[in-house]
Amino acid sequence: MYNDDTATALLEKETYDAINIDRSKGDFTFPERHKFDAGWGLSAHTVDYISDVKKDPDWVREFRHKALKIFESKPMPTNWATEDLNNIHFDKIRYYLSDGEKPKRSWDEVPEEILKTFERLGIPQQERAFLAGVEAQYDSEAAYSNMKEELSKQGVIFVTSAEGLKEHEEIFRPYFGKVIPTGDNKFSALNSAVFSGGSFIYIPKGVKLKQPLQAYFRINSESFGQFERTLIIADEGSEVMYMEGCTAPKFETATLHSAVVELVALKGARIQYITVQNWSSNVFNLVTKRGLAMENAEVRWIDCNIGSRLTMKYPGVVMKGEGARGEVISIALANTGQHQDTGAKMIHAADNTTSNVVSKSISVGQGRATYRGQVHIPKHLKGCKNNTECDALLINSNSRTDTYPAITVKGNRHATQHEASVSQVSEEMLFYMQQRGLDQGQAMSLAVNGFINDLVREFPMEYSVELKRLIDLEMEGSVG
Amino acid sequence: MSLHIQELHASLENGTEILKGVTLDIPAGEIHAIMGPNGSGKSTLSKVLAGHKGYIPTSGTITLDGQDISELSIDQRSRAGIFLAFQYPAEVPGVSNANFIRAALQSRLPKGQEIDAVAYYKNLYAKMDLLEMDRKFTSRAVNEGFSGGEKKRNEILQMIMLDPKYCILDETDSGLDIDALKIVAKGVNAMRSANRGMLLITHYQRLLDYIKPDHVHVMSDGRIVRSGGPELALELEEKGYDFLKEPALAS
Repeated sequence: MYNDDTATALLEKETYDAINIDRSKGDFTFPERHKFDAGWGLSAHTVDYISDVKKDPDWVREFRHKALKIFESKPMPTNWATEDLNNIHFDKIRYYLSDGEKPKRSWDEVPEEILKTFERLGIPQQERAFLAGVEAQYDSEAAYSNMKEELSKQGVIFVTSAEGLKEHEEIFRPYFGKVIPTGDNKFSALNSAVFSGGSFIYIPKGVKLKQPLQAYFRINSESFGQFERTLIIADEGSEVMYMEGCTAPKFETATLHSAVVELVALKGARIQYITVQNWSSNVFNLVTKRGLAMENAEVRWIDCNIGSRLTMKYPGVVMKGEGARGEVISIALANTGQHQDTGAKMIHAADNTTSNVVSKSISVGQGRATYRGQVHIPKHLKGCKNNTECDALLINSNSRTDTYPAITVKGNRHATQHEASVSQVSEEMLFYMQQRGLDQGQAMSLAVNGFINDLVREFPMEYSVELKRLIDLEMEGSVG
Repeated sequence: MSLHIQELHASLENGTEILKGVTLDIPAGEIHAIMGPNGSGKSTLSKVLAGHKGYIPTSGTITLDGQDISELSIDQRSRAGIFLAFQYPAEVPGVSNANFIRAALQSRLPKGQEIDAVAYYKNLYAKMDLLEMDRKFTSRAVNEGFSGGEKKRNEILQMIMLDPKYCILDETDSGLDIDALKIVAKGVNAMRSANRGMLLITHYQRLLDYIKPDHVHVMSDGRIVRSGGPELALELEEKGYDFLKEPALAS
């Protein structure tokens, strides 16, 4: 008698159970105990310091120095992006902080305060429950990195970027910096100069991971920049799901997070990359993410931005092989003091490639959400398809949303469609929900969860529950 | 035990007075009907009782079983036992009916207490069967893409599930064909109880063929101008509202 609805109901119950968590889950810090500190500001000396500490091979040191020059030569992109970028003071940031320890393979060996941090964030617990492997980064370096033994036996590699470039140079080097060239933008250049931490993953041919790999990025120190670098290579016919989460304490001064993530899905491979971004509201989150999809391969970005002061992130897929597919599913929640500037880039570079972009943003109070989309289909191709949907929900009359779609389709052998909508939670809807007994906050939460419901289903269950929680917390006190 | 309205005046934000002194007593166990022409203030009365912010009560009182509820918010009134079946129910995109009703029930429980999901569904399905609603209905978003009849049935389902002390049904018969009307009436009649008072707001006598009221009131220009038994509804059906224009009544 009780069909799927009962299961849904039970899931919903768990969701409701979970609503009353501490809003400031990530808002705590431990004293700094850094053996290595690159000091304030960025110069060639900073780059050498990082290279020395990390014992970089020469080619990496050169790569960094070249990148620094590009970073210095590029202007802030305030000609199209927000002026708030000018509030980043590069000389008041520390670019490398670490205790000099190698990442541990067992939580027992992780220093106590770092272990406490990740336990408080639930990482070891999640690892035991449903993950194939975890990397936990604390400031500039991973404190813990491990995966299930059976995966090593299958030839899966899941290590930090530093280990990747030294111990697996033959796989790492040909793709590193190729999907996202150093000069792609000012912040990809910055990352290339000072990168530290992040993951290198290689999934051998035909290996399909049943459980996700996860990375968690934790900032503990004030006036700090975190610059992790991730490269994932899925060999032919393989499949991997990678999830990342992040938190930082709320400091008075600005924190910078600028990552570069490159994905390579070879013939018939499938990569899903899931982000739940929950940085504190003093973090500038300027991230470049792009995937390369070869013949019949698929790259999916599932991206949720709830935290940060300013996020600029436009995950992209270059569909380079025939029949490749690219997808960006994105949810952004911008509260007062936040600007979520997100979007997607879909570059069709082969026949019969398909891309899909679904973006939903919610602006609360004076929060601002911006969608920037780029779809590029050149004239010489045929049979390419793109679908773009972007919906914005405004909670208050002073909330703001902007949409900048750029769809360049040349030739007449393609199919594209674009839909955009802006809506508000109407007084009438609130009255109706309140008449049924929900207070204003509960009514608003339910309306917002309803708005993004179809996208939340794309997240693994453990994440969708967390996501609904975060949204409920954000909605609390946003009305009235 | 009653929902008591005493000399209630209410205006729009621009100062236009809509309710001009309504006095009405709806004891538990009774069904009252308010009839009247369009623009007489019937729907406004239902919204003011529910606490809608678009109307400003300027004087008078509303008491629920002796407690003055004038200062309570919309949701507090709901949890105190007032249910309004809307003439035009709002859509809530993306929120399933089952989750919506469940959230409404949950809001009535003390903090920390949770609804038993299995018992909830058993109850929900039983009530849906009574209203001849398809099971698929639970996973559809609240009122989204519903026909007029489906929306009204959904209002009655929510009413039955929330088991309120006082039910106000605003033009529940409008937009219903005769079969749907009979099903809705079946649901309302199933809720008749010595512990519950009901107020039916309707333009037509038709609804009252299926739900027998104990008292009928006629509203005109923001006031109750006549009260009587069920026979009053029949009289109105026969003669229409023209008698309201007679100077003796209008004054």
